[in-house]
Amino acid sequence: MAAPEMAAARDDLAEVPEFRDPATGELRQETMIINMGPQHPSTHGVLRLVVELDGETVIRCSPVIGYLHTGIEKNCEYRTWTQGITYVTRADYLSPFFNELAYCLGVERLLGIEAPERARLIRVLVCELNRVASHLVWLATGGLELGAVSMALYGFREREIILDVFEAITGLRMNHAYIRIGGVLMDLPDEGPRKIRDLLRVIPRRIDEYETILDENPIWRERNEGIGVLSAEQALAFGVTGPLLRASGVAADLRKDMPYCGYETFEFDVPVRTEGDAYARYLIRIAEMRESLRIAEQAIDRLDGTPGPVMVDDPKVGWPPKLSVGPDGIGNDPAYLRHIMEESMEALIHHFKMVTQGAQVPAGEVFSAVESPRGELGYLLVSDGGNRPYRVKIRDPSFVNLQALPTAVEGYLIADLIAAIASFDPVMGGVDR
Amino acid sequence: MNADELAARIREHAPDVLAARGEVTAIVERHDLIDTLEWLHDQPDLAFDLLSSITATHWPGADPAFWVDYELRSMSLRHRARVKVGLRGGDERTPSVVGLYPTANWHERETFDFYGIVFEGHPDLTRILLPDDWDGHPLRKDEPLGGVPTWFRGATMPPIDERGMA
Repeated sequence: MAAPEMAAARDDLAEVPEFRDPATGELRQETMIINMGPQHPSTHGVLRLVVELDGETVIRCSPVIGYLHTGIEKNCEYRTWTQGITYVTRADYLSPFFNELAYCLGVERLLGIEAPERARLIRVLVCELNRVASHLVWLATGGLELGAVSMALYGFREREIILDVFEAITGLRMNHAYIRIGGVLMDLPDEGPRKIRDLLRVIPRRIDEYETILDENPIWRERNEGIGVLSAEQALAFGVTGPLLRASGVAADLRKDMPYCGYETFEFDVPVRTEGDAYARYLIRIAEMRESLRIAEQAIDRLDGTPGPVMVDDPKVGWPPKLSVGPDGIGNDPAYLRHIMEESMEALIHHFKMVTQGAQVPAGEVFSAVESPRGELGYLLVSDGGNRPYRVKIRDPSFVNLQALPTAVEGYLIADLIAAIASFDPVMGGVDR
Repeated sequence: MNADELAARIREHAPDVLAARGEVTAIVERHDLIDTLEWLHDQPDLAFDLLSSITATHWPGADPAFWVDYELRSMSLRHRARVKVGLRGGDERTPSVVGLYPTANWHERETFDFYGIVFEGHPDLTRILLPDDWDGHPLRKDEPLGGVPTWFRGATMPPIDERGMA
């Protein structure tokens, strides 16, 4: 349209009575409210944001959540304690091992038992690899949203290497239900340590490559620096934990502050920065991946010198009792089947009781928390003394962190909203549960 | 501070404190709640700077029928405690702590959504995870799992104990 025509069109619009204030006759100067989501590609699932805009500036943002609510907490009340693991591992689907770990540590505290040393090392190992895999998804999706499309390919490519290892260890790529009450499902397969060592050689070099691509990339810095800033006071007031809090200058990490699974015996650093912006969060997560690989390396070294069971020796708790890998995958161990079917009536009774009823857990209430890739992941577990949970409450870090999003984006441009959401790394499976 | 020392310290302010399994639980009346949380937050040797989580449990037929649960953590001093408030059935009201801990906003909305507990003074106590026009509070023990009409084509999901029985 040529300029005179445009001016004419604008004049025509000005003639429309609805565009004028009825009282004063002035052209109305209003803000616009738009709906982002729940299917907007940059909201990482089904997050919906109602955003009020003045031109391109966000003046109000309110998250609307719940689109992925699946009633995991209620479902757990209708299943045995062991079966609960299959539910909780699906809450925050990018960090399944952390959900399993926090839940199982809580049940173990109720039972007053502790997993054997080897099981604790395997737990640390898989959790730290899971942290790397989770941060890689964040890097891939976050990069994609800001136009660094190659990051999407690289991030998922490296995550695939880790998921292959998970598949070799647990039989599944996601939602493993591998960490069990009293230990882990089964010991590492014979080729497990070698696969993990291969992975530990490859991933650090790839992280170097990401840094070469992004660290000094002017577009990446321009779009992340000074965006979505949270001060330490704001972060603490909103209960923010994890990399977001550490990017705002608070060195809080449950692995150091209240160690579990023997984290106090591992050597690692907790990266902290003070800028509190999206770029600081990027640097923190990259540094955390390196620290996680450091821990995983120590864990795999120590596993060599730590033989032993990976499940407590208690037939009233330990489940599954013994599995092995056959030609068609993981299944019952033939020797164990022979034992319960032909040799020991006692063992068969225990097996039958565990299958039909599961473990009996003493009455009580515990809150068990671990440091997940997104912050403090806590489980409040209440038992009334039966074989099923009376209450399972998941304190998911994404849910709590998301509350701080409006504070971090209001006053910025709508394009920066995308970068800010990406830097929060919310996983809606965890937020909505 | 270990759990017993922490329990003894908190007992100076709130008499009913338990230490079990390394965890400390203080039980207070709802009119003492704000005062207790403020005290726990402000004491330099307690410094509970993070309200980690709020939730409830439902015990139908018991008195109190609801327990509201506040999980506290001190990031600087590295300890935890829990504050619990008992509410009688039919009178599920307790003061909101949003003024003290802004993070309580969504936690209280979730607890309202799931249990119907009214947090008095909350700035916007609406449902958060369930649809706005949802009927009932599903995590109460008298609400069934399943057995509610699905929202399309009039189909229903049978209650969990009747599934696969047809």
